Amino acid sequence: MKKQGSDSNPASVLPALPEPLKDLKIKYTKIFINNEWHDSVSGKKFEVFNPANEEKICDIEEGDKADVDKAVKAARKAFELGSPWRTMDASERGRLLNKLADLVERDRLILATMEAIDGGKLFSTAYLMDLGACIKTLRYCAGWADKIHGRTVPMDGDYFTFTRHEPIGVCGQIIPWNFPLVMFIWKIAPALCCGNTVVVKPAEQTPLSALYMGSLIKEAGFPPGVVNIVPGFGPTAGAAISHHMDIDKVAFTGSTEVGKLIKEAAGKSNLKRVTLELGGKSPNIIFADADLDTAVEFAHIGLFYHQGQCCIAGSRIFVEEPIYDEFVRRSIERAKKYTLGNPLSPDVQQGPQIDKEQFKKILELIESGKKEGAKLECGGGPWGDKGYFIQPTVFSNVTDDMRIAKEEIFGPVQQIMKFKTVDEVIKRANNTTYGLAAAVFTKDIDKALTFAAALQAGTVWVNCYSAVSAQCPFGGFKMSGNGREL
Amino acid sequence: MAALNGAVENGTPDRKVVPALPRPLRGLEVKYTKIFINNEWHESTSGKKFATYNPSTLEKICDIEEGDKPDVDNAVEAAKAAFQRGSPWRQMDALSRGRLLHKLADLLERDRVILATLETMDTGKPFLQAYFIDLEGCIKTLRYYAGWADKIQGRTIPVDENFVCFTRHEPMGVCGAITPWNFPLLMLIWKMAPALCCGNTLVIKPAEQTPLTSLYIGSLIKEVGFPPGVVNIVPGYGPTAGAAISTHHSIDKIAFTGSTKVGKLIKEAASKSNLKRVTLELGGKNPCIVCADADLDLAVECAHQGVFFNQGQCCTAASRVFVEEQIYPEFVKRSVEYAKKRLVGDPFDARTEQGPQIDQNQFDKILELIESGKKEGAKLECGGLAIEDRGLFIKPTVFSEVTDNMRIAKEEIFGPVQPIMKFKSIEEVIKRANSTEYGLTAAVFTKNLDRALTLASALQSGTVWINCYNALYAQAPFGGFKMSGNGRELGEYALAEYTEVKTVTIKLSQKSP
Repeated sequence: MKKQGSDSNPASVLPALPEPLKDLKIKYTKIFINNEWHDSVSGKKFEVFNPANEEKICDIEEGDKADVDKAVKAARKAFELGSPWRTMDASERGRLLNKLADLVERDRLILATMEAIDGGKLFSTAYLMDLGACIKTLRYCAGWADKIHGRTVPMDGDYFTFTRHEPIGVCGQIIPWNFPLVMFIWKIAPALCCGNTVVVKPAEQTPLSALYMGSLIKEAGFPPGVVNIVPGFGPTAGAAISHHMDIDKVAFTGSTEVGKLIKEAAGKSNLKRVTLELGGKSPNIIFADADLDTAVEFAHIGLFYHQGQCCIAGSRIFVEEPIYDEFVRRSIERAKKYTLGNPLSPDVQQGPQIDKEQFKKILELIESGKKEGAKLECGGGPWGDKGYFIQPTVFSNVTDDMRIAKEEIFGPVQQIMKFKTVDEVIKRANNTTYGLAAAVFTKDIDKALTFAAALQAGTVWVNCYSAVSAQCPFGGFKMSGNGREL
Repeated sequence: MAALNGAVENGTPDRKVVPALPRPLRGLEVKYTKIFINNEWHESTSGKKFATYNPSTLEKICDIEEGDKPDVDNAVEAAKAAFQRGSPWRQMDALSRGRLLHKLADLLERDRVILATLETMDTGKPFLQAYFIDLEGCIKTLRYYAGWADKIQGRTIPVDENFVCFTRHEPMGVCGAITPWNFPLLMLIWKMAPALCCGNTLVIKPAEQTPLTSLYIGSLIKEVGFPPGVVNIVPGYGPTAGAAISTHHSIDKIAFTGSTKVGKLIKEAASKSNLKRVTLELGGKNPCIVCADADLDLAVECAHQGVFFNQGQCCTAASRVFVEEQIYPEFVKRSVEYAKKRLVGDPFDARTEQGPQIDQNQFDKILELIESGKKEGAKLECGGLAIEDRGLFIKPTVFSEVTDNMRIAKEEIFGPVQPIMKFKSIEEVIKRANSTEYGLTAAVFTKNLDRALTLASALQSGTVWINCYNALYAQAPFGGFKMSGNGRELGEYALAEYTEVKTVTIKLSQKSP
């Protein structure tokens, strides 16, 4: 997803950046079940907007419980003993995933343009990072398909015992709007690799790339019913999935608030298995012996990437006292370098927030920062007449009790706080119900590994940030999630 | 379990010295009746106590301190402190954790007769079964996990670009454990052993019907030398102490064994509170499939023990016996013979095979389901009623001509009732066996390799037994498909339920392949 430090490694050269497609036609706007396109049972449609200019892109069929029921029936049938999917060799499943990766590579430009227009994501980022990660994750999981091993177990007594690692069954997957295509792939790739069938509900703000994938899934040759896609809203289609009595597992990426509702619904309905990837308020700890330029750059990208809309955003930066002032100075300089505007333009470094709701929430939190006494170093308000743009904002002299230090902002707002000692910063860093990621910048091996052990986070980065790759498990401690992806 | 772990057959020397059967302790005094926190015994915050009864005699055994939310809070505080970075428990070498578990197993061996006596008094299960099966399972499970303690390994991962990447499998933290009354000590050990092995701390709530052996373990935990706060035990009721655990914001994980109905409430409470991780071992309506080519005697005996063991109070109970048409009448005939021979009586008598049901609630529920069997048209072959006017004893009951729509074929009975149904083809029996929201265990009796392995693949159950029943040992994972549970206990797989994965990624200046 994030290739920090890719500059020095000749082995992985990023492809040249093409121009985004002008006049992209949206071909797939319906509900995808059994490899066919369906209208919604209710006849309803909903609108999708471009957050850079608030203009409508198109209408999408709005799925609700009835459509989810249809999709689950199709997925259940595709999962039946003796079906094409169940009798397919595991290696063939892997081949199909690799083929899908090939098709994503072929249509990389279309998909990247779509992500930029639908999600307000910088086209360059979408093309190079998001699409790169999608292709790699598909190929990674493709390789695992025929390596899902059980064990033989030396049990007491006259027995021959072995375990089988069977597919769970029909998996419901609810995808967020911040990395629509990447999160879609993170869910379907391991699910299909292990032989499950899926019913996917993409976020209502960003359904386009998921629906396009439906066409590629059909083209790649997945049997009908293996992948079904039902666009719609959380309280309707999403709830239908989390409550469904015939869905065996639900995987969700989104806010902690909604994650709790989903796990509750799973318990109330049929005890379906649950994986959750939720929010974070991740600490980024900078020691005086760190390479200061590197630390500033990583802290900057670690927060501002994709307009701050990342679950792993390094939104509490703890800087050791001796270098605090210099760190703040360089961070402001870095944040001021930004050009905001149309995400399709190569000269732009920051796009819009996803929608009005998020836009308002972020501005409200910025105001709380000002009110509660943090020092506003730059930015601090909206930008432009149209679209949901917010100026890159930096607060210094932030204290742990302020709302901007406690709540997930999900916007381009960077908090920089001061610390004195190792034990103090460990306590402060861990003092949150979140636990998704953390980072420490230091050259001292003892410090680095002490923090790696002490920080209560699913991922700990040392001298880097946002290094996420298909090979390494990703997920949350505490209320940042249950279970691991990748 | 029904095979007695091969206690007598395996490794018997030529010169046969048959050990005398252990005898229960008469007049055993119950020493531990309080709440166990920080290796000390506490009274309940409220001052309340509750009584625990002997289901064979219906007499009160003693009073136990009744824990509620404040006591759970105290226990969690202690468990949290014991889990703090830098605490004795966190600083202890993994190997030493393993040694403590081995020592605990040694003490269980030393006090085996006491524990088996307590278990029989509290649950009504036959003393010899408590001694040879429950306690055997406890000791072996502790030793199995003692061996894993210093082998909780993460991975190094070949990630793209210039990074060193590895995972750590860390303890989750404070684990809540809510245990049932059917195998009180064994179900506690199934949770305690992997939890401690992985470095967690515990707050345990044993079933209100059967707190005695769990509390006794508290004394052994202290004697072995586990640091204070590592294991805490709060006896009490589900809606009070149990709910306090499942909703607690400082408990990182909860493990529960019990009914599916309560399991759902627990998962819901975990979600509503702090998204604590959840493992559930719930009910079952387990199919036992007997093919015409099976060894008939073996099948009849296994099916019999499979349903009647522990007074029918097993989540693994073989409560839907599917018999291939051709051998159906003979199978029923032999099963009835077995059932009629089953000795029901005082669990302290060495000859007794079946004791009382656990309490009035369960007793009434089982009789009600038996009545439903009669009303809905099943054929009552033997038993079908309670044994005396006084007491919780039920006659071993066999129903034949059972059809899938009857309540006794759908609902978990948890009593000594064996429903036997007929089937024609493998395809048909697979569908019928899987046609339930449960999915805990299944058994297949056949000599045909193809049929055995086809059924092993097709049955939606966490465990499939072939030509055996209740073969449960520490090495093999156990748990439910569908609504019989979430997650696995035992085996290496339980470790995943008690560890949290942390990925550490370190940037290097150059790629180091």
